[in-house]
Amino acid sequence: MAVSTPVPDTEPDLGRRRGRVLHSLLHNPLGLVGGALLLVVVLAAVLAPLIAPYPPTRVDFDVPFQRFLTIGYPLGTDDLGRDVLSRVLFGARASLLVGVLSVLLAVVVGTPLGLVAGYWGWLDAIVSRLTDLMLAFPFLVIAVGLAAINGASLSNAAIALGIAQVPTMIRVVRAETLRFKELEFVLSARSLDASGLRILGQHVLPNAASAIIVQATVIMPVAVIGEALLSFLGLGIQPPTPSLGIMLSDAQQYLFRAPSAAVFPGLAIAVICLAFNLFGDALRDTLDPSRQER
Amino acid sequence: MGRYLLNRLWQAALTMFLSSVVVFWGVRALPGDPALALAGEEADPERLAQVRADLGLDQPVLVQYWRFVTDTLSGDLGQSVRTGTPVTELIGATLPVTLWLSLFAIVVAVVIGIGAGVVAAVYRGRWPEWVANAFALVGLSVPSFWLGILAILYLSVGLGWFPASGYVPVTENPVRAAYYLFLPAVILGTALAAVVMRQTRSAMLESLSTDYVRTARAKGLSRGRVLSHYALRNSLIVVVTIIGLQLGGLISGAVVTERIFGLPGFGKLTLDSVFTRDYPVIQAVVLVVTAAYIVINLAVDVLYSLINPRIRVGGRS
Repeated sequence: MAVSTPVPDTEPDLGRRRGRVLHSLLHNPLGLVGGALLLVVVLAAVLAPLIAPYPPTRVDFDVPFQRFLTIGYPLGTDDLGRDVLSRVLFGARASLLVGVLSVLLAVVVGTPLGLVAGYWGWLDAIVSRLTDLMLAFPFLVIAVGLAAINGASLSNAAIALGIAQVPTMIRVVRAETLRFKELEFVLSARSLDASGLRILGQHVLPNAASAIIVQATVIMPVAVIGEALLSFLGLGIQPPTPSLGIMLSDAQQYLFRAPSAAVFPGLAIAVICLAFNLFGDALRDTLDPSRQER
Repeated sequence: MGRYLLNRLWQAALTMFLSSVVVFWGVRALPGDPALALAGEEADPERLAQVRADLGLDQPVLVQYWRFVTDTLSGDLGQSVRTGTPVTELIGATLPVTLWLSLFAIVVAVVIGIGAGVVAAVYRGRWPEWVANAFALVGLSVPSFWLGILAILYLSVGLGWFPASGYVPVTENPVRAAYYLFLPAVILGTALAAVVMRQTRSAMLESLSTDYVRTARAKGLSRGRVLSHYALRNSLIVVVTIIGLQLGGLISGAVVTERIFGLPGFGKLTLDSVFTRDYPVIQAVVLVVTAAYIVINLAVDVLYSLINPRIRVGGRS
């Protein structure tokens, strides 16, 4: 016999609940701004090959150090005459790719560990030690280690950033599991002899989804800044692949000849992160109304 | 209390042990032969075997691990493959720079973060809260190393207020040291300040709505006294923990800040060791960061249990 999982609030119709979340997001001005920014950022990154005026790695020694608002190069050019706008678009694409990959890694590894740690007390001790161990290695240290073993690359940056976010994901999911474990719908499923894995998969996980999604939006900007930082230090994406971090690191060498080459990549990172932070805050307020009042 | 401390100490020791295993194995997973690196590419087999025996690489893995642990505990972290300098010397020369930088950054973060957080909570729904919230949002979104580059561009070179790079040891000349460290510390502290502000604000809002604050107000205590002695004091518990948890981020931020401002610190040592594949230094640096992180978090937990007796009874939350 199947046990249906009620949504924790009284709304039984998931479709209507989703509609309400959307409605509430659209009526939160900051959420609206964040959502719109997010849309722009994602579109710009996805469509980069179509909308960028030049290939991002095209070198043109006739036009180095062009200023902001030069005809043909709206954001100027760098020391090799590469178009800053095209490179920012492709750099944003790389940033988002690393962000998505590391969020996926954190969710895929952190969620099951959080679920089992919250549900079975004897596993909790083991998972907690693992969490402590992972927390003892800041992401830069993981990145340093991976770069020393495999050489620096985009995937290494994503792995380092993802691993660094696993412990917080475990803690979030574990806390949710602990909370739902005591609720009636889980108790009733248990009384019907449902197995632990089934309870976790069918009853706890769907209810923990909103906390996981909120945590994912928190991780995303951290990962985007982290990618830029690693690439800036030479531990992430390698040239000539455009990355916002590499652009900043290059631009620092000719800061006074072409300031725009240093200003716009950083601005792009800030806009991407602002979009996720605004949207994430609004989403948290909507999905978890108890925190709204704080 | 004693039991809680003992339990926490045991956990920290276990974590330290596990991370030493991870570091030990990680370094052995690195490509390249350390004996070859030390003896040089052209060394003959006998010389290579000699170096290998000196390094203990011909011993079983468990013996090697034991030697690694005992050497580390007795303060011998090996030598730089590149320069032959003892690693402890390298760390001793660079760590103080980073510690002072981090200390200044934490002071900046605490002053700005707690100040803005209290203002945001007290002036809830009015313009000061909006300003503080906007500051936090920007602080979280803007990468600090970009802020550093902009600061050099506009404040150091444009206006000439601050040096763009350079360092003077604090012990040598505190005033000049502060002059050189001011900008890096502010840049490094901004992101942390944003996190501290958000936590302070939410903790303050919570404690402002509690019964003991209402009672204190009803007794006729002044607004300032209620804020500082009742609401803020209880909010600080949360803030202390958050700062402890953010130290990993602070370490990463210090590395990049040192790079931008050309500070000869621990971060520079770390990056140099990675780019020159100086494995003994990489191993030592990772070990030091990990140990520092574990010890600091242990200290935060102990501090936490001293300020907040409830945690001792409830155990882990």
